[in-house]
Amino acid sequence: MSTPQTAPTTSPRAARHTFGASMRWWADRLEPLIEWLIRICGWSAILFVFAIFCFVCREALPLIGRGFDFSEFLTSTEWRPSSVVRPQYGILAMLVGTVSVTTLAMLIAVPLGLGAAVYVSEFCQGRFREVLKIVIELLAAIPSVVWGFVGYMVIGPVLINTTGAAVGVNLLNGGLILALMSVPIIVSVGEDALKAVPDSYREAALALGASRWEIVYRVLFPAAKNGLLAAVLLGVGRAIGETMAVLMATGHAVQIPYSLLDPIRTLTATIASELGEAVAGDAHYRVLFLIGLVLFAVTFAVNLTADLVVKGIRHEHDR
Amino acid sequence: MESRIRLILLAALGLLSPLGCGGEGPQTVIRVEGSDTMVNVAQAWAEQYRKTHPHISLQVLGGGSGVGIASLIDGNCDLANTSRKMKENEIARARANRHGEPMEHVVGYDALAVFVHKDNPLNEISIEELAEIYGERGRITTWSQLLGTSLPNGSDKIVRVNRQNSSGTYDYFRDVVLGAQRDFKLGSVDPSGSKDVVTLISWTPSAIGYSGIGCRTDGVKVLALARCKGQPAIPPTVENAQSGTYPITRPLQIYTVGSPTGHIGEYLDWIRSTDGQKVVLALGYAPIPERNVGARSTGGDRQPQQPAREKPSTEPTRATSTRSAIPVRAVAHKPQ
Repeated sequence: MSTPQTAPTTSPRAARHTFGASMRWWADRLEPLIEWLIRICGWSAILFVFAIFCFVCREALPLIGRGFDFSEFLTSTEWRPSSVVRPQYGILAMLVGTVSVTTLAMLIAVPLGLGAAVYVSEFCQGRFREVLKIVIELLAAIPSVVWGFVGYMVIGPVLINTTGAAVGVNLLNGGLILALMSVPIIVSVGEDALKAVPDSYREAALALGASRWEIVYRVLFPAAKNGLLAAVLLGVGRAIGETMAVLMATGHAVQIPYSLLDPIRTLTATIASELGEAVAGDAHYRVLFLIGLVLFAVTFAVNLTADLVVKGIRHEHDR
Repeated sequence: MESRIRLILLAALGLLSPLGCGGEGPQTVIRVEGSDTMVNVAQAWAEQYRKTHPHISLQVLGGGSGVGIASLIDGNCDLANTSRKMKENEIARARANRHGEPMEHVVGYDALAVFVHKDNPLNEISIEELAEIYGERGRITTWSQLLGTSLPNGSDKIVRVNRQNSSGTYDYFRDVVLGAQRDFKLGSVDPSGSKDVVTLISWTPSAIGYSGIGCRTDGVKVLALARCKGQPAIPPTVENAQSGTYPITRPLQIYTVGSPTGHIGEYLDWIRSTDGQKVVLALGYAPIPERNVGARSTGGDRQPQQPAREKPSTEPTRATSTRSAIPVRAVAHKPQ
């Protein structure tokens, strides 16, 4: 074998060496580029939120200065966008509809979801546990229009027959459907939070003679507070933003509900059903975008509260 | 809702079809959008027409008459199916946006049927009663007010099933039953399409609702309708719709911007021909009267105030100049 000194360019080892060097040279040049790419990926989330916000604002804000009655918008229950006599744009009934159906859904979904999360994470074992997890994830993947269909065609008639309700598509129907849609999210995020609690906590509690229930209630829940709260809030987010399923299952009726069996209408469903007809630039069109801004504000408030609460808990925890 | 899903699929097929038929020469696409009431007819027309004109690809979408008209104004479709007339402001916007006159072509009639659950003892109803049920400040809210007794099954409260406000049926019903100056009572249940109205009524014993007669199923009962209480009630049959005896019969129309020419013109001619009108009848709607079939009519004898633009030609030709297109004059369409 010839020595590297005499024929440096032909030796395979040297070639490998130069190849490696050029690779490294390229990597050095590419690294900042890749860094930037990753940075842009991270920033894009902010960019998208900001761009969407700007777009919605641009479509909605020309209402200012056109004599649009904002107090009527927030306090009136009269939603008559296509009235010949006098169009009225009061969203109070729909705001109440959105809040009531979300609250009802959470009242059902939070106990059910957290209970299921505790069961899957602490009490369920072996093969059955794996099957259960897969099925729950499958539940999360069902498209919302299918849920709406179930509410409309299955739960509706059942509600009429069992409760004697006048109409089967109502607040209760929508709440049940939304609860069923939120449960899988609450279960999977909640289960992760419980699994993240170190086993040493459980062992310490067992050593102190705690029962399994006491472990869950006194040790795991406080330790996993943040994650469990995040699970619940993700569920709330899903329930507020859901459109197609509630459009089909709630009856789409503009009125303030006085019982669980009254049909309601939500803000999201209103946008979905009316934006197609509203001609761009119309007052009706702009009001629909204003509703979008209201929804934006509501979700922002929910997320901000969540953040603050989680931070508060964390501080308490640190001390 | 099923109809909407089917539509989306159909639209997807419509988009794909030019790719699939690439070998057979250029495809001409005609985009049709609008009324949910007419969407079945429009699909059936498209299927029939494709058999004889394979080079034409028809994309049919529903969504409501308002959606179709908005789309026509924005230039997103060629033909707008509507079950109501265009409003004055819509006509003005179409003129401004598309630089052409919107033209109305009557292609059939629909008797707007009033449905109740099949177990409901009610057999007929008057327009006045309907207005009291649906209208703002209307006094009828329970079945016992209408029947004298409560319903055998189901709650006494009348469940008003209405359409969403993008629907031409909604506008037509308001104009004819409530009067143009009266609004609907809020709190009605508004399903997403004309078929959904009937589905909902078929499993809601205390419901009442209205939709095109073509949407009728076994689970519902069609009411006969009287103009005033005490007058004879008339069932919504094809004959009664054609003769105009049934009180709420409306023309089904297709709007174009400007006088339709070329493929679109031929398609409209075909729709108004005997072949096209057979489809209308098969789906439960009333065809345009026999003497007006073909390309040389004014679109029905119930619009004497709208002059046909061209004199009827005696020569049976496919030239566009003989088509019965009615230029839309805003004054002619004020709600009576």
